[in-house]
Amino acid sequence: MFIMADIAFFALTFITIATAIISLESKEIVYGAISLALFFLSLAGFYVLLDAPFVAMFQLIVYVGAVAVLIIFTVMLVKREKWIKDEVIGLRYIGAILGLTLGLTLGLILIKTNFESMIASNSTVSILDIGIKIMNDYWIVLEVLALLLAVALIGAITMAKLDQEDS
Amino acid sequence: MESIIQYLVVSMALFSIGVYGLITKRTAIRMLFSLEIISNSAVLNLIVFSRYIPDVSATGQVISIFFIAILAAEAAVGLSIILVSHRIRKDIDVLDMHEMSE
Repeated sequence: MFIMADIAFFALTFITIATAIISLESKEIVYGAISLALFFLSLAGFYVLLDAPFVAMFQLIVYVGAVAVLIIFTVMLVKREKWIKDEVIGLRYIGAILGLTLGLTLGLILIKTNFESMIASNSTVSILDIGIKIMNDYWIVLEVLALLLAVALIGAITMAKLDQEDS
Repeated sequence: MESIIQYLVVSMALFSIGVYGLITKRTAIRMLFSLEIISNSAVLNLIVFSRYIPDVSATGQVISIFFIAILAAEAAVGLSIILVSHRIRKDIDVLDMHEMSE
């Protein structure tokens, strides 16, 4: 059982990092969008591996179901020639150097910490716990979040209408 | 069982990839991709720490759920801005977007 979890972890790591890089570097941006959807899917796999099945389902519904489809729609609506002049050559090296430096620095910080001694807790969180937590401690956050989603929806509709009036 | 360091290394690598993309790319939608990668690595970090610190397990998952909902709203607004910008300006190069500041 340990070995199964290890295999799953390494496979998910490989898929996650490979799809993240492909989604940024692929020539055709449609492939990039599909690869981003796979990236979201493999992160949901990580959440299952980390004993958070409810968050994994949430990730599947929100990201793979909604956001990935939205991104693919946008990519298909915008014409293909727009994507060709994608990057400035000089920025590429700066970005690579900065990303590597950031990764190495964070890695060194990780080695210095004593996180290695932390052990995974045995108690699993049930959906009931999450529901009680939301409704008791975080109900006001939930209300604000609902308001925020409504505002985002109204904003998107307003921008679409504004576009029609202009053209 | 895997140690916490392994998960944190994955999250860190995703964050670095996202920062690289955010600096390098100049079309708005690729920048949105890298933004999604960065914020997803943050959510992964939340879940990892909520797994390894027993007292805050439920809280960590609740906050990551809120985080995912906010990120979905952000992606919707960002994509609609990209679409409107494309309709009006016929271009989505972020280096040429000055209209809002003038």
